[in-house]
Amino acid sequence: MTGLGWALADSWTIARRTLMHWRMQPGLVLFTWFFPVLMLLMFGGLLGGAMEFPDGSSYYELLVPGIFALSMLFGLEGTMTAVTTDVSKGVTDRFRSLPMSSAAVVLGRCIADMLDSVVTLVVLAATGLALGWRWHEGLPSAVAAFGLLLLLRFALLWVGIFIGLTVKNAQSVTMVQVLVWPVGFLSSAFVATSTMPDWLGTVAQWNPLSATATASRALFGNPDPSATATWIGTHAGLAAVMAPVLLTAVFLPLSAHRFRTLSR
Amino acid sequence: MTTERVIEAAGVRKNYQGGTEGAGLNGFDLEVTAGTVTGLLGPNGAGKTTAVRILSTLLEMDSGTATIAGHDVRQQGGEVRRRIGLVGQYAAVDEVLTGRQNLVLFGRLNHLGRAKAVSRADELLERFSLTEAAGQAVSKYSGGMRRRLDLAASLIVAPRVLFVDEPTTGLDPAGRIEVWSAVRQLVDGGTTVLLTTQYLEEADQLANRISMLKDGRVVAEGTPDELKTQLGSDWLDLVLADPADVPRVVELAGPFADGEIRVHDVRVSVPVKDRTKALVAMANSLHEARIEPEDLTLRRPTLDEVFLHLTGAAA
Repeated sequence: MTGLGWALADSWTIARRTLMHWRMQPGLVLFTWFFPVLMLLMFGGLLGGAMEFPDGSSYYELLVPGIFALSMLFGLEGTMTAVTTDVSKGVTDRFRSLPMSSAAVVLGRCIADMLDSVVTLVVLAATGLALGWRWHEGLPSAVAAFGLLLLLRFALLWVGIFIGLTVKNAQSVTMVQVLVWPVGFLSSAFVATSTMPDWLGTVAQWNPLSATATASRALFGNPDPSATATWIGTHAGLAAVMAPVLLTAVFLPLSAHRFRTLSR
Repeated sequence: MTTERVIEAAGVRKNYQGGTEGAGLNGFDLEVTAGTVTGLLGPNGAGKTTAVRILSTLLEMDSGTATIAGHDVRQQGGEVRRRIGLVGQYAAVDEVLTGRQNLVLFGRLNHLGRAKAVSRADELLERFSLTEAAGQAVSKYSGGMRRRLDLAASLIVAPRVLFVDEPTTGLDPAGRIEVWSAVRQLVDGGTTVLLTTQYLEEADQLANRISMLKDGRVVAEGTPDELKTQLGSDWLDLVLADPADVPRVVELAGPFADGEIRVHDVRVSVPVKDRTKALVAMANSLHEARIEPEDLTLRRPTLDEVFLHLTGAAA
C-alpha cells in the first residue's frame, strides 16, 4: 500500500474505534443523538403556542431547520471532549508512537464525527416529519440543505479539534461547552432575528449558525422572516457556504499546527 | 553476548518555555546495550519522562543527538517508531473498549492484517494472563491489569527497544508485583528495555544497569553493585534497646566513622571504611560501656543511600 493508502486505512481504523465506542456505550451515544430531539420537543412545546405565522404554518416549520443547525453546533462539544480525553489519557501519545500516519489521528476523528452528525440529522429529521415538518422544494433541494448543515459541522469540527488540543483537560472543556449555548441562542435557530432589538438582531444574523439555518430553510421551503430583512438575510446562502469555508481555512491549519506542536 | 548499542543519546537538551509541562534535559547522555534492562532512576522532575518522550519521537529536543538502533530520532522518526514500544506513565489504552478490542486496534494501526491482528491479540492476552478479562471493558480492569494490557499493546510487533515509563506509579503492592513479573518475562525474551522509575527497589529488582538522573543529566551510571561500591563506605548498623543510650553510642562510634553518623529512632548507622576493624572496635567499646545492642550488623550501602549521596538530597 502507498503512503496515502495507509493514511486512509489508518484513518478508517481510528474512526471505527469511535463506532466501537457507540456499541460499547449505547446509552451514552443514544443520549447525544436524542438530545436535539428533546430540544425540538421542548422548544416546540414551550414556544410553539405563542408563535403566530401570517400563513398559519406551524412553528415546527421554522424550528426544525433551526434545531438542525443547532445540533451541528452542539456536535462541537463531542469533538472537543473526545480530543481532550485522548490527549490527557495518553491515547494520542500511543497513536503518535506507532508507525502509522499521524494525520490519521485527526482524520479518523473527522470521519467518526461526520458520521455521528449524519445520524443526528436523520433522527432529528424523522422526528420533525412525525411532528408535521416537511420539505417543500423536492428531494434534491433537501439534500442540498443537509449538505449545508454538514458543511457547517465540518467547519466546527476543526474548531473543536483545535480547542480540544489546546485546553488539554476536561474541566476547561466544560467551560467552553457553556459558551456554546449563547452562541446557539443568539441566532435565528428559534426565532426570526427581526423580532429582536436591532443591534441584537444584527449580531444574530451574522452568526454563521443563522446563515446556515436561514439558507437551509430556503432550500427546504420553510418560512423564515429573517430571510428578507437585510443584506446578510438575503445572502444567507452565500454566507452559509463562505462562513464554514472560512472557519475551516482558519482552524484546519491551526489544528494541524497544534497537533504537530504536541511534540514541542 | 552482543554489545550493540541500541540507544545512544549525547548532549540532549530540552527546555520547556512554560516550565509547567515537565522537567527539561540539560546535557543528557545515555548508552544502552542490546538485550539489557537499563533503569533511568531519579526523583520527580529529574527529566525521566522527558528523556523517554524524546527517544520515542513524541517530543523534539532543542539540541543534541539520539539514535535508536542506528536511526536518528529527529530525522528518521518513522523508522524509529517501527522499532520501539512505549508504555506510558498513564495507561495509554482505550478505557471504553475491551482488552481484545484494544489490542486488535493497535495491531491494525501497526499495519497487521485483520486475521493477524486478532491472533496476535489473543497470543498477547494469553501471555499477560488477560484471556479471562479479554472481553471486558478496560474501565473495569484493576490498575495492574491495565498496566499489563498497556505492556501487551506495546509488544504487538516485537519492538527492538521497549520504553517503560514509571510502570508501577500509582499501583498497589499486588499490582506492582504483577507488573514486575511481566517486565521480567520480557527481559527473558531478550527485549531491550529502558525503564524509568523513582523507586530504587524497582531499579534494583529489574535493571542490569542504572543511570541516575538529576536536574536533566545523568549523575552516575553502572550496575547496581558498582553504584553501591562507588559510594565507598559500608555501614555499621546498631539497634539499641534503650533510646537513652543513643547519644553515648554516637559518641563511641565517632572515632571509626567515615562520614556523618545517621540516627533514626533507636537505629544508629555509622559509615565505616575498614569493615572488620571497625566492627571489632565498636563491639569492644560497647562492651566497655556496658551497652547491649539489640542488633549489630555490617552491610553494604542500599541504593537509597547511594541515590541520596549522589543527588545530594537531604538524608
